[in-house]
Amino acid sequence: MVDTLGARAAHDSHPADPIAAMVNADGLLTAEAERAANISDDVLRDLYRRMAICRRLDQEGLNLQRQGELGLWGPIAGHEAAQVGAAMAMAETDWIFPYYRDFAMTICRGVDPGIAMTWFRGLTHGAWNPYEHRLGPLIISVGTQVPHAVGFAIGCKLDHEPTAVLVGFGEGSTSTGDWHEAMNFAGVFKAPVVFLCENNQWAISVPMREQVAGRVADRAAGYGFPGLRIDGSDVLTVYTVVRAAADRARHGEGPYLVEALTYRFQAHTTSDDPTRYRTDADVEPWRAKDSIARATARLRDRGAFSDDFERAVAAEAEETALAMRATLLSAATPHPGQAFDLVFANPPASLLREQAEFVAELEPGSAE
Amino acid sequence: MATAKEPERNEKKTMRTITYREALREAIAEEMRRDERIYILGEDIAGYGGTYGVTKGLIEEFGEKRVKDTPLAEEVIAGAAIGSALGGLRPIAELMTMNFSLLASDQIINSLAKFRYMFGGQAKLPVVIRMPAGGGAQRGAQHSQMLESLYAHIPGLKLVMPATPYDAKGMLKASLRQDDPILFIEHELLYNVKGEVPDLGVHYTVPLDQGIVRREGKDVTIVTFSRMVHICSQAAEDLAKEGIEAEVIDLRAIRPIDLDLVLDSVRKTNRVVIAEEGWKYYGTGQGIAALIYEYAFDWLDAPIAHVTGKDVPMPYSKVLERAALPGKAEVIAAVKALVPARATAGVGAR
Repeated sequence: MVDTLGARAAHDSHPADPIAAMVNADGLLTAEAERAANISDDVLRDLYRRMAICRRLDQEGLNLQRQGELGLWGPIAGHEAAQVGAAMAMAETDWIFPYYRDFAMTICRGVDPGIAMTWFRGLTHGAWNPYEHRLGPLIISVGTQVPHAVGFAIGCKLDHEPTAVLVGFGEGSTSTGDWHEAMNFAGVFKAPVVFLCENNQWAISVPMREQVAGRVADRAAGYGFPGLRIDGSDVLTVYTVVRAAADRARHGEGPYLVEALTYRFQAHTTSDDPTRYRTDADVEPWRAKDSIARATARLRDRGAFSDDFERAVAAEAEETALAMRATLLSAATPHPGQAFDLVFANPPASLLREQAEFVAELEPGSAE
Repeated sequence: MATAKEPERNEKKTMRTITYREALREAIAEEMRRDERIYILGEDIAGYGGTYGVTKGLIEEFGEKRVKDTPLAEEVIAGAAIGSALGGLRPIAELMTMNFSLLASDQIINSLAKFRYMFGGQAKLPVVIRMPAGGGAQRGAQHSQMLESLYAHIPGLKLVMPATPYDAKGMLKASLRQDDPILFIEHELLYNVKGEVPDLGVHYTVPLDQGIVRREGKDVTIVTFSRMVHICSQAAEDLAKEGIEAEVIDLRAIRPIDLDLVLDSVRKTNRVVIAEEGWKYYGTGQGIAALIYEYAFDWLDAPIAHVTGKDVPMPYSKVLERAALPGKAEVIAAVKALVPARATAGVGAR
């Protein structure tokens, strides 16, 4: 298991890759790369703040589910650094195609947490306007968003738009045909995509060693572009590496695969029980790498962390969680007739007839 | 519902005869000239011009950015088309045959058909997936299938299956001017079929939700689509020589289906033969029959007859393949089994 802890030997199949040179053998940003990247204290504090808020929102999500207010919650604890670091590394004009666990990315993209949460309450398939936030919907079908991201990126190239696309997925996705076909497409067309594997060691109950023979990052070499395994619990590393990969993509140098090693501290979703497939002893070494504690340590090293700051962030997180709860619980239940509304831009007469009949039946005796 | 219009008489002067293949190519080229957001992606479509030659020459005019040869990977062809459509482009994805759409079926069914819905109505999916289907060219069990029924079942898709060059061009142009996902299903044996199409420069489109009466008749309604339209039209000509007037309805699109056109005809003829190349069980034809029974049962004087492909994988042998495909003789036999019953209507109907 120790082998999976650190990054161990940063990927070297593209020896000239300057991004790979930014991290050490443990997949951590080197001191030299940190100096060169020149990430300000304010930016690092903001990354800390966003991670702390998202962790609190995650806890609230779990609470809401346990209280029967959410159908399902997919906990993100352990993924804060990967999601916040990557989302904040992208330019505002870039696009993000998230997978179902990328809740923190939606928050970083400015979606109101209470509105984002209506998705988990089962009120809507499309909680936010993707064009307003440059953010696709959370995708449940494992791996299917990867071809979309690549197609979107190819389209940006056709349009001559200097846009990079970030696509999130877990290591389980890297077993799907969609993922491999999309990686190949991206390589062939030099699509401006940053592939972010949030390798949290578990695909529900299947451990990484049974999912991936070898390393996810190494797979990029087979598709003709670099891949790099990094410490996905260190937000500064994630932020700096993804930012460099997105810059590279925007400059026409093609795709990049980032394998962010992390861990899922909680269940896959609230519908499973992780004690059936792993022990506390499995989890413990990863808790020592906790992203928020490490961001705190980095800020302290810089003399940029104070108790006042910590308290202020905690208070903001608490306030945000309560506001999220309030927004969520007051969100309207959709009218049943709406089921017909969104299928087609130009709906056929048969569907409109079915809708009219349905609504007419509903209305006379409807108790609602 | 009015019968969709054939070209006006005065247009006839400006008609010329081209193949179904040429009609498709003209539609793509004209629309690409009109709208620079349209691009094509698929296997062997650029320099090679497409396995069936539909895209021949387009790369010369539009360049490799808009006529993109892709790796051999249908799932990502469909997926990338979806992604680029979300970004505002209008992709035409060519799948080499409909058989290979099975590899893309997760993207087609789980993403393409549902994304407008799952984006809360905030995304447009103007994706056209073109693909030839069908048998008759000895391509064997895995390369000769009519799979439209699999997709016709799914809410969120529109399925266009033109039978003539006129419709092929007009419906492809219409497909490229609207915002819903279209499966544009051609037939391998239709590419060389010739027909009248307005002169270059004469603009027209054909609606995607209207069938057309190919031949009027009072004795029986034959409901069909795609290549079987031609076989049924020939059958109707033969039947006319024996005094039986069959009305041939070409659905042109099976989703949405122009049900009013079918029902109007059924109320006139009171007898129905549904003819399709695909398999019988749980398919398009049975779906149409169920709709007729649901909405026009009282107008029927006889049970609906159904001419289909045989319930076997398409044989490779020429002789066996011919046996497995529905032909003119079977359509004629089905009609004759229904029409003589008119004399005893009321007794024989049920």
